[in-house]
Amino acid sequence: MPVIIEALISLLLVAGGIFVFIGSLGMAHLRDFYMRLHGPTKATTLGIGCMLIASMAYFWSVDGKPDAQELLITLFLFITAPVSAHLLAKSGLHLRLKHAVKTQGHPIELRAEEVGEKPVPHPDKGHG
Amino acid sequence: MIAPRSWLPTPVLSILLLVVWLLLVRSYAFGQFVLGGSLAILIPLLTHRFWDARPLIGKPFMLLRFIFRVLGDIITANFEVAYLIANPWRKLKPHFIEYPLMLEERFTITLLASTISLTPGTVSANLRMDGKSLLIHALNVDDEEALINQIRERYERPLKEIYEC
Repeated sequence: MPVIIEALISLLLVAGGIFVFIGSLGMAHLRDFYMRLHGPTKATTLGIGCMLIASMAYFWSVDGKPDAQELLITLFLFITAPVSAHLLAKSGLHLRLKHAVKTQGHPIELRAEEVGEKPVPHPDKGHG
Repeated sequence: MIAPRSWLPTPVLSILLLVVWLLLVRSYAFGQFVLGGSLAILIPLLTHRFWDARPLIGKPFMLLRFIFRVLGDIITANFEVAYLIANPWRKLKPHFIEYPLMLEERFTITLLASTISLTPGTVSANLRMDGKSLLIHALNVDDEEALINQIRERYERPLKEIYEC
């Protein structure tokens, strides 16, 4: 395998790993439910996309013929990730989960009296 | 574009199913074409009653351009969100935004909501029952109007032109 392709694959793998890690960090560390949703929907999709492209490039250079199965995984992920995020956000609104005080805008789904003084408690001292 | 027939209610979906089948089995043998082809005809026939009216793609090239634009935005969105999460000195300004919809078809609204969830700092949270506005949660917003305008010009208008004209 040429060095350039090897370097490219490793770069993609490392970048993918970093993005997935940051996405999970966001999910663990942000202040309220709605903000936590942002991590897994975005950072993780690109991270997994990077890994799948790396996998595609690797098997292309090993087997010598291109293979598009990984593209399908990416496609399915891009279709399902926003839908699941939407459903999670919707159920969060339905359960009237508290949101961070600094959040602006008052949707009718969350009436003013339902929003607590403090954001959702979290074991760590989140900085957000 | 192939016209819909009684035995082939959704030509585009059938072709898509066939392509996905061939990619999944990783083989382009004749038998796989026959099997995938019959599945591609059978599945829409069995399921097409459940669905809404299928929108017609008016401008395929604009759709392609839209897809590439969204892919590019997904990449920048990831960098932005990653920076927002990883930066310990950040001051996030989360915001619930009511987005008045211009689109009318349920299918295109779904596309728009998915696009919003995948792109910079926004997650679509709720579609109101009347289908006239979308509730968006944004991670970091300075100017609400600017964000609404950006979504309107960048995603909603192209979608409207592609499907609803």
